[in-house]
Parts: sequence; structure tokens; C-alpha cells
Amino acid sequence: MSPSASSDAGATAATPAQLAVVDESIARLRDLEGALLPILHDVQEQLGFVPPEAVDRLAAGLNISRADVHGVITYYHDFRSRPPGRHVMKLCRAEACQAVGCGALEARLKDRHGVGMNETTADGGLTLEPVYCLGNCALSPSLLLDGKLVGRVDAERLDAIVKDCGGGA
Amino acid sequence: MTVMVHVPRDSASRSMGADDVARALTRTARQRGVDIAVVRNGSRGMLWLEPMIEVAVEGRRIAYGPVAEADVEGLFDAGFLAGGEHALRLGVTEELAWMKRQTRLTFARVGVTDPLSTEDYTAHGGLVGLQKAVAMDSAAIVEQVTQSGLRGRGGAGFPAGIKWNTVLQAAGTRKYVACNADEGDSGTFSDRMVMEGDPYLMLEGMAIAGLAVGATEGWIYLRSEYPDAREVLTEAIDRARQQGWIGEDVLGSGRKFEVVLRLGAGSYVCGEETAMLESLEGKRGIVRQKPPLPALEGLWGMPTVVNNVMTFAAVPWILEHGGAAYAAHGIGRSKGTLPVQIAGNIKHGGLVEVPFGITLRELIEDFGGGTASGRPVRAIQVGGPLGAYLPPAAFDTALCYEALTGAGGLLGHGGIVVFDDTVDMAQMARYAMEFCAIESCGKCTPCRIGSIRGVEVIDRIVAGHQREQNTTLLRDLCDTMRDASLCAMGGLTPLPVQSALDHFPEDFARNGA
Repeated sequence: MSPSASSDAGATAATPAQLAVVDESIARLRDLEGALLPILHDVQEQLGFVPPEAVDRLAAGLNISRADVHGVITYYHDFRSRPPGRHVMKLCRAEACQAVGCGALEARLKDRHGVGMNETTADGGLTLEPVYCLGNCALSPSLLLDGKLVGRVDAERLDAIVKDCGGGA
Repeated sequence: MTVMVHVPRDSASRSMGADDVARALTRTARQRGVDIAVVRNGSRGMLWLEPMIEVAVEGRRIAYGPVAEADVEGLFDAGFLAGGEHALRLGVTEELAWMKRQTRLTFARVGVTDPLSTEDYTAHGGLVGLQKAVAMDSAAIVEQVTQSGLRGRGGAGFPAGIKWNTVLQAAGTRKYVACNADEGDSGTFSDRMVMEGDPYLMLEGMAIAGLAVGATEGWIYLRSEYPDAREVLTEAIDRARQQGWIGEDVLGSGRKFEVVLRLGAGSYVCGEETAMLESLEGKRGIVRQKPPLPALEGLWGMPTVVNNVMTFAAVPWILEHGGAAYAAHGIGRSKGTLPVQIAGNIKHGGLVEVPFGITLRELIEDFGGGTASGRPVRAIQVGGPLGAYLPPAAFDTALCYEALTGAGGLLGHGGIVVFDDTVDMAQMARYAMEFCAIESCGKCTPCRIGSIRGVEVIDRIVAGHQREQNTTLLRDLCDTMRDASLCAMGGLTPLPVQSALDHFPEDFARNGA
């Protein structure tokens, strides 16, 4: 696998279809109390990210300032402003996982697979993100792959996961 | 006759392949023409044995584990459906040493029942607490909780009865219950296990709180890192509403208690109650100045009971059996039981519910069996990323709020993370500061800037650059953060740092001075 990873892969303008998803989400959820976070989650679940163009629409739709919307999107670690790779791996960096070597796994991803934290592999197969505890601390090290929890991850298992995520689309 | 086979749906068990095992059991049974029903239960908490499956034989459950997909054929060959001998056979679950030594009040049903079955819930003692509560007046409910001595299980340890009474007495056009399910501390998973393994318990506790203080809505703030818990809770809320346990008319009492589920978005500090309230309101999770207390001005500015999942989950038992029965467990001012989570580099990691007063050594050695690596234990961190690092010399400390504070630590959410002798405690201290820098909400300077300076100073100490002066500086910085931060994020980050310095100074002095 190529060691060159890009942290801004796919930084493109949102498509009309993507903006339609944003508009539909706002229309459906805007009447909730404290609607901004539920809408952001809803958009990201559908698109994998929150397009920067969504900020104006959210501000107008919820009658709050663009600064408030931008502030919320950038405050929370979960929200991405760019599309991720085809798969997203959240590798736990917290103490219980450190106690059984998650640091070596993080280094292996960087050195062997060319992907650091908040980066995507060159083939666009896998985005790596840090997470601080998945609640699987008796079966560490843990990671979340596309929302699925994997426990007792070792180097061999990690390599297999990366291999499965790689290659062409 | 259909044989019941339990395969946990707990995400820890699923992370070790429980779904594959469940499918293989169903497939193999069909091939062999055997009639089985696979029930997806919660986990019993013996997480090193997951996936641990159980077969009901003559009214008793026989456990096998850890079971891999490849073991399934062999289990059928061995006649496991009748409790047959097999290398993975552990024995009768309830009689295993790990289970027998516990006092499971909160976790009584977890691992026993199908978490989403409302029939299972009531058949195994669920709902009795809420039934009693609807027949009581608010002050009487609060009185039972006060008598129980129950203290907030999220970390702060504030007496729940006093908080509830404040909300009950407060004037407000609307009142709220807010359940903190943002279980962010590394080494903790008891909230997750209840939400996935007995979700109605938490909803029942919240509904009782609603009746106790006159709140008509309960908001759950669930961390996004728990997708399985989200799935179970979403379904549980729906079914509980259909049953009339929550909703417009709680158990026919004419009183309303609606439940709203909201997701966090990866912010640790949102586990701090006021940051959580901000986040529930759809804003950045910035800590609020206190006072006003959330009990008086909480969610949407209204009087709000904010408690952790474990606190609400303890309440149904208290209402069923009475506050005095709960207070009969535990020691001193630490009443009742605590679900303890043993994690990290540990041979037998998992969850044990025990009365307060057990020693750290009993938990790490007797339950935990020492490290997974087989090397000596060098340090443990109790109470999450803001908890102190303790050396083996402190392992005879009793597990309770007061004794841990006396040992220079804190109980937190009851998690213990074990490290062996390969750990570099200077790096753990550095990580504590780094984590604070990453997760600080940024409102107060000691936390926002102090944490970044802390990382830099530790780097200089470790590099041997003016070690003595920089160590003095680090301690001074820790004092400033402790005394001047707005909340526990900046205020307690010094605890792991200073305890590492106190107990493991040699790790800071490895490079030439």
C-alpha cells in the first residue's frame, strides 16, 4: 500500500443531491427542541460528513447565526467537513487500551499502512480517527469499524482489517 | 422440546464474535434437526470468557466459553444442549466463583433476561419499584432515596436524595430528568452493560425520578461511541411507551413521563453535567458557571435532576425493597453496592457488583487474577482519566468514596485500569495533560492553556532539561489547574499527573539530568 496518505482527500463542493439531503433533514427535524445536533447527526449518517455549504442552510432553517452552527460543527470531534474513505476506523487511544498496546497499533497503521490519525489511505479505502473509549476496556485494544466494535485487536487482526478495507472500490 | 441457548448481544461479546457464534448455533442445529431457540441476552460480566453461551438444563443455566464459531460443531458433538462435558464447559453460571462473590442488586437481571423482552422484565422482578412509586406521594419517594444513602454514581458522589429534594422543592413551570449516559471514562462500561443488557431498568429509574420531583420529561444523553446501546435503547423506549410504563399515563397513574434520547458527538467534557445540558440544548458543550445549580436552573433553564445511568438504575431496587435495605450494604457514608469495572491489562476483566468496602487488592487479584501479560502489576488508575495512579502499596485501600479520597485518589465511575511493569508513568502523566488539551471546552484558562503547558513541561522534564526547576513548575501548574478551573476536567487532570510524580518519580528521570 502506498505510504502517501492524504488528509484532505475529496475536498470537493457538495453536490445538489447532497444539499437536498441537508434540506430534507432540516425540514424533518427542525421542530425538535435543540434540533441542531440531531440534524447534524442525521446529515452525517446519510452523507458521511457535513458539507460546509450546509452551514448557511442550517443557520437559516433554525434561525440561529452561522457562527453558532460553525461553532457546534467544529466543537464536536464526530463531525467531519470532508467525505471520509469508504470505511471509517475509530481506534481507541484511551488508558485501558494503552495498557495493552494501542500505541503500537497506531504506529503500525502509520508506518506500515501509511495512515495517521484523521487521515485517509491513498486509495480512499480507510479513514482513521481517534476515539477515547469504546466501553470495551476489559477486551482492549478496541476499535470501531464502520460502527462495529472489534475487541482484542492485535497486529495480525489489524492488518487483515486494513487489507479488507483497501483495494479498489 | 426446544432448548434455550443464550448468546449475549452485549457489544463486548459481539466484539469477540458473538454474532458469528449465534448464527453458527442456529445453522448447526437446523442441519442436525435439533430444536433450539437462541436468545440474545446481556453479558454476565465475565468478559474474558466472551462469547459465553449458556444452555438451560433442568432449570439451571450451564455456561460454556469463550466460544468461537469453530467450536460450535464440537459443542453439539459433546451434547452441550444437555450440559455435556467439553473443554469450554465452565459449569453452572450462578455457581461460578466470579458470580457467587457478588451482590447483584442493580445487575440482577443483566445476562439473565432478553433485554428487550417486556415479559422477561416483569417476570424477573422488573417494574415493582415503579408500581410502588405511583402509589406514593413525591416526598415519600424522595425520602426512600434519601434513606438509601445513594450517591451519584457518575463520579461526583453527591447524595441523590438531597438533589432530588432540591428539584422537588424548586418552583418551575416544567421540570426535567436528565440521564447522563456519556460514559466517557476509560475503563468503565457499567452504563453500557445496563443500557444494552437491561434497558428498562434505567427507564424505570428515570420514571421514578420523574414522579419524585414532578418532572414530565426525561432526557437521555447517550454518547455516540455506543451504537449498540443506541439501538437497544431506541427500541426499549418504544416498547416501554407501548406498555404504558412511560409516556402520557405512567402505569395508569394519570401522570406523564416522556423520554427523549439524544446523542453526544464525541466530546468527553460533555459528561460534565452542565456541558451535557448545553449539548442537549443543541449547543457547543461549554461548561456553565455554577451556581445556579442544575437542580434549580438546568435543562432549558428549568429545575432538573441530573444523574448518571448507574444512579437511576439503582433506584428501582431501592423503591422495591426500601431505602434502609439498600443502606444496609456498604460502609460508612458509602452505602449500597457499586458495579466495579476491572479493565486494561487484566487476566480476568469484567464487571462485578459488590458492596462498598471491598479492597482494591481483592478486585485486582481475586477477581481479576493479575495482569493479562503475566507480568507484575505496577500501577492502577481508579476512576477514569481524572483519577489517580496508585502503586501496589495502596492496594489495601477499601473501595469507597472516603478511603479513595484519603489515598489521594477518587472513586469516579468505579473503573479500575491495570498496568503492568512495562508502563512508562511519565508518558501516562503526559497523556493526562494531552487528553485535557484535546477535550477541554476552552471556557476557563487554567484548563485550556494549562493542559498544553503541562504537556510541554513534562516533555522538558523527561528530556532532562532543568529537571528540578521544571518539576517545581509542573507542580505549581497542577495547583493552579486544580484550584482555578471551572469544572473537574481541568480541576482533576492534575490528579493523575501528581500521583504519577509522587509514586513513580523514577519514570521522569530516565534521561540524564
